[in-house]
Amino acid sequence: MNELMRRMLFLPEQASTFAVDVDHLHYFVITVTMVASLGVAIVAIAFFWKFRRRRENQATPFVSPTAIFEVLAISVPLSFFLLWFAIGFRDFVKVSSPPPDAMDVYVQGKQWMWKFAYPEGPNSIGVLHVPANRPVRLLITSRDVIHSFFIPAFRIKMDALPGRYTEIWFSATKLGRYQIFCSEYCGAQHSKMWAEVVVMAPEAFDEWIKEQQRGLVARQDVLADETGQVTQQGSLAQWGLHVAARQGCLRCHNVDSTEPATGPSWVDLYQQPTKLTDGREIIADEAYLTESMMEPTVKIVAGYQPLMPNYQGKLSGPEAAAIVEYIKSLRSDRTVQATGGEE
Amino acid sequence: MTAPLTTTAVPPAGPIFPKKSYLNDGTTIRSWLLTHDHKRIALLYLVGVLISLFLGGVFAMVIRLELLTPGPTIIEALTYNRMFTLHGLIMVFMFMIPSIPTIFGNFFLPIMLGAKDVAFPRWNLTSWYVYMAGSALMLWGLITGGADTGWTFYAPYSTTTTTNITPVLLGVFIIGFSSILTGLNFIVTIHTLRAPGVTWFKMPLFVWSLYATSVIQVLATPVLGLTTLLVSAEHTFGFGFFDPARGGDPILFQHLFWFYSHPAVYIMVLPSMGVISEVICAVARKNIFGYKMIAMSSLGIAFVGFFAWGHHLFTSGQSPFDAGAFGAISMLVGIFTAIKVFNWVGTLYKGAIVFNAIFAYICGFLFFLVFGGMTGIAVATVSLDVHWQDTYFVVAHFHFVMVGAVIMGFLAALHYWFPKMFGRKYPENWALLAAGLMILGFSATFIPQFLLGNAGMPRRYYEYPERFAALNVASTAGASLLAFAFIIIAIYLAIALKYGEVAGRNPWGSRGYEWDVPSPPPTENFDAVPVFTRGPHEYQDVPEDLAKVGHAI
Repeated sequence: MNELMRRMLFLPEQASTFAVDVDHLHYFVITVTMVASLGVAIVAIAFFWKFRRRRENQATPFVSPTAIFEVLAISVPLSFFLLWFAIGFRDFVKVSSPPPDAMDVYVQGKQWMWKFAYPEGPNSIGVLHVPANRPVRLLITSRDVIHSFFIPAFRIKMDALPGRYTEIWFSATKLGRYQIFCSEYCGAQHSKMWAEVVVMAPEAFDEWIKEQQRGLVARQDVLADETGQVTQQGSLAQWGLHVAARQGCLRCHNVDSTEPATGPSWVDLYQQPTKLTDGREIIADEAYLTESMMEPTVKIVAGYQPLMPNYQGKLSGPEAAAIVEYIKSLRSDRTVQATGGEE
Repeated sequence: MTAPLTTTAVPPAGPIFPKKSYLNDGTTIRSWLLTHDHKRIALLYLVGVLISLFLGGVFAMVIRLELLTPGPTIIEALTYNRMFTLHGLIMVFMFMIPSIPTIFGNFFLPIMLGAKDVAFPRWNLTSWYVYMAGSALMLWGLITGGADTGWTFYAPYSTTTTTNITPVLLGVFIIGFSSILTGLNFIVTIHTLRAPGVTWFKMPLFVWSLYATSVIQVLATPVLGLTTLLVSAEHTFGFGFFDPARGGDPILFQHLFWFYSHPAVYIMVLPSMGVISEVICAVARKNIFGYKMIAMSSLGIAFVGFFAWGHHLFTSGQSPFDAGAFGAISMLVGIFTAIKVFNWVGTLYKGAIVFNAIFAYICGFLFFLVFGGMTGIAVATVSLDVHWQDTYFVVAHFHFVMVGAVIMGFLAALHYWFPKMFGRKYPENWALLAAGLMILGFSATFIPQFLLGNAGMPRRYYEYPERFAALNVASTAGASLLAFAFIIIAIYLAIALKYGEVAGRNPWGSRGYEWDVPSPPPTENFDAVPVFTRGPHEYQDVPEDLAKVGHAI
């Protein structure tokens, strides 16, 4: 029944506890309103048929409602409306009140990407890792205009406001990857301000976050991000992601899917045979990737315009290496991204 | 059609077009542009509003064509963002808010009260010039400044955008004055110019709905004016009203904006409800079921509508208590609408219903209002709105009410009163065909958008993931059908204007007061102050025009 209704209404997967609550109320509301509307329509059609005009100069009796009709016309719909309100408000209070043992993730929206940070590290852009079946509290803010953080599969949404934190929480129930949208209009690339949430098995998540934190302690890379704040970074690939975001690479290169954007996607790019506009075919190895940053117009991938700016002098050697390492880590067959090199 | 006609003396020729009417009382351009006649001002508004509808419609089609494919289709992202800004601003401020009150309200409110004109005829003309000036400034600003904020102007995007939005905001500010002038004029007219016999509860229901609308226009529009000024001041001079870095609050903008813009929804839909109350009586030839319930629910909507604005902010970070309070109040607005729907359906009971284009528009109106209203209850349910807020579900919901119901009411009014305004009939078959296409087109355009919203597609998206493609194609196909229906209507009404069959005083056999005057009416409406002895929606007697068909008019 649930599955049938969900498909009929084109709803996405139910991947959080809240999604189930929302959908059940949704079914209740939609069923009652559709049945009621159908009832009104049938009555109207029956009246139309029974009381169609028979003579051009027909007169009609004066009819006015009885007190009972007036009372029912108000009280019956009102009872349903208030019942829905009560259930909806209860669920809303629930989703606005995170349980005390919830794990925190800081979410920052900026034109036009989402950043995620865990209190003990690491940071990431575009991909949010969470464990299944554990409450996760999102603390959401924005660096510029208003954005809205929306995960359709979890049925949650909360605006990201500059200058204040908003919160919402969820408990994911199904492993997998789900899309994150920005749903508050925020300018030119609003419709591309996507990210992804990866729901991992709790043990896998613990493993992952430990690995991230080990990386942090081991490297103690210190660098300034574009806010001027000094942040600590984990592995080289992690650092590469950070540099790529700061340099604006991610505006034109997809890192969460293999779909082409203004530039070729970085996912699965490493070691991939690539066709160029002049007909040659090359393997996207470290040398090619570095050359593409420093002299991008030398080898243009078939199907793309020579639009990319030259990064010679803008990227230091280690930074370019970090980006290459980051690209190497982007594999569509791996659930965990940006966790550092294979070594 | 059989027996009773034999008792009446039918002259060989049909009704005769009156030699003198408001239409030919002065034929110079000057006599139109400086007129104080409420009927001529209504036609001036008709021209402005139809141009706006055309422009808004063209921009809507551009948007739908762009969304035909998931990636870029015909325009760039920046152009797309300007298109939905143009579409929203034109449709809201230049078409829907003025449409029914300034055209049909101006034309018929005085006649329905038995008056010669509105209380302040010069204000009435002023309001048209203010409307035209504001619209021109807004359009000029939109086209040269390239505003891309959407019609909602959310801060801090609007206060930091590099586009030049100040002329647009000032245009909206100026149009607001036209709205206030019209509202005030109607309120004073209704209070002071009712003819003998037209007591408050003998006023036509269209007048009641205009009264409720006018109250909202006068009370809410100043807040919109204030808000647009604050945004322009912040954008131009860098005041920090909405900028948290300087102690401002971006949510304050949303409260101010929706304090106007939520009641504005009722400015748009209440007149349409009033039209339906009028036409359903004429088409069913039946007294309105529950006159007082319909009249009072208009006032109820106007009142409660002022306290529901916070339901636009459920996911904006307002407190759960606020969300609960606004959610509960929003349910009450739904009740008033439900009361009206029950009473309209009740009106059909024991009536004598004729199936024509107007009846088709009533059916369309009821369909869109019921579904738009019911989905309104659904989005007002706080937890459900968390998923739907800012998705296509909301877009579909307000288009069902704003476009579906309002346009159905507008077209019902245009067809019902066309013979009275211009003295000629339109071709019924073409009208019926267009009405059918229109209802089909609306449904095909917006029902897929409800499903897109369910699936999670956010609004104002230039590009979208592949999985939303099929429903978007369906929606664009529906929009094309809609555009086609509008073209048919424009053609047959333009032809009927000159070549249509002469209508006569009361072609519908309606008991509304406005049908007592000739079609088209003379400049002064009535020869002497009329005395109405019957109510405006009473059909117990055979309508006298049908009893004495063909008598001199």
